[in-house]
Amino acid sequence: MDQEEVFAAVYSVSELTREIKSLLEDHLPPVWLQGELSNFIRHSSGHMYFSLKDQDAQIAGVMWRQRNLLLTFTPRDGMQVRVFGQVRVYEKRGTYQLDVLKMAPAGVGALQAAFEKLKAQLHAEGLFDADRKRPLPRFPNAVGIVTSATGAALRDIVQIIRRRAPGLQMILRPTLVQGEEAAEDIVQAIREFNEFDQVDVLIVGRGGGSLEDLWPFNEEKVARAIRASHIPVVSAVGHEIDFTIADFVADLRAATPSAAAELVAPLHSALRQDLRELKNRCRRAFERSLHQHRDRLMRLRSHYGLRRPADLLYQRRQRVDELLQSIRSSCRNRLVQDQRRLAHNRQLLTSLGPESVLRRGYALCWDEQTRHLVTRVAAVTPGETLTVQLHDGRWQGRVDEISNGKWDQVVVEKK
Amino acid sequence: MNKLNFENAMERLEEIADQLEDGSQSLDESLKLFAEANKLAAFCTGKLDEAEKKLKILIKDQDSYTLDDEETE
Repeated sequence: MDQEEVFAAVYSVSELTREIKSLLEDHLPPVWLQGELSNFIRHSSGHMYFSLKDQDAQIAGVMWRQRNLLLTFTPRDGMQVRVFGQVRVYEKRGTYQLDVLKMAPAGVGALQAAFEKLKAQLHAEGLFDADRKRPLPRFPNAVGIVTSATGAALRDIVQIIRRRAPGLQMILRPTLVQGEEAAEDIVQAIREFNEFDQVDVLIVGRGGGSLEDLWPFNEEKVARAIRASHIPVVSAVGHEIDFTIADFVADLRAATPSAAAELVAPLHSALRQDLRELKNRCRRAFERSLHQHRDRLMRLRSHYGLRRPADLLYQRRQRVDELLQSIRSSCRNRLVQDQRRLAHNRQLLTSLGPESVLRRGYALCWDEQTRHLVTRVAAVTPGETLTVQLHDGRWQGRVDEISNGKWDQVVVEKK
Repeated sequence: MNKLNFENAMERLEEIADQLEDGSQSLDESLKLFAEANKLAAFCTGKLDEAEKKLKILIKDQDSYTLDDEETE
């Protein structure tokens, strides 16, 4: 009988589990619950599994993918969180767990603690060391921007850079800047700019928001990506008062996105002024050097050593003139002398030659055939024909008679 | 020298200004430096006069990168 009753009350496992399920799920409304996260696992499906615990108890929890997509921070073991959810029974395993609809860090205190912990760790690793910080390029050609395509930060950056440096190329790699996936997106963006390798400086940031909103910039992987960038990074997160891990690790921290734009973009009007001054300095210095060289030239030119060759030249030229003059005059003398001698000789020739003798009445006599001058009567035979030359003419005649005797025995009168 | 850009052009200009002011060069060297300075200054002025550039969007497509114009809304 007892046994019967016992047996009549036998449930199947499913029945009991269903009973428990309805007891728990129908009678326990959704609750807010605070506890410390542990055994946190983010499954490849995107679902999150974890436990919530306090000193004395723990409860399993799950947060499905489509709900955890909206999280603005990365849950971690040890973090105090406040969750909103409902107890559900997982019939297959006979366990109950909290189906979490919302999760938030349990007050700013928890986030602050996580922040301080990571900051201390990275600081100890030397990621914030001043000697790791690189100077920004003074005159960048292109600037890479890692932020949301739709945020106010981008608008501010673009506006300020256009005003200061219109020619500066801006390249945006749009990223999420809040929520669970923002950190990874920002990391990718920084890597992509480094691979792309065509910008001189990066601005990484977002506009103001709650500590939760800014949280991606406090993520360790973002910090490491910034440090690993070979392009200098300017962090530009939130407002003046917001400090993130990204700010500590960046090469330069700008208080706001606008400030980052001003740090990165050199003011073109100021550059024009610099350029003008440099040009003037060069021109003045060049003109001064020109004057110096001219003065030196003038000094050298008036120096005796340089005047001397000119002097010598003039002296030589004068000497040449003198010599020419003397050659000319000696030539003239010589000519006069020669002319005089010629006249003398000509006279001599005239007085000594046969002409004057013939004029005085003497004659030349020659044999026409032999062309021999007849100088002795012995060479002459009677009957032969001889030519007789006087000073003004000649005749031919036959020899009739020959007689010996000197010319002074003949007396003749000149006609 | 690397590829000429505004940064190294300005640095070189400063160098030349210092050298010219030092005044220890030959006339030939001064002339050369001054000519170089003029060229650099013209280059820098050209850079500053460059027209406003559009915001570009970096897009990664597998292993290559392209730059797109910003979508106008």
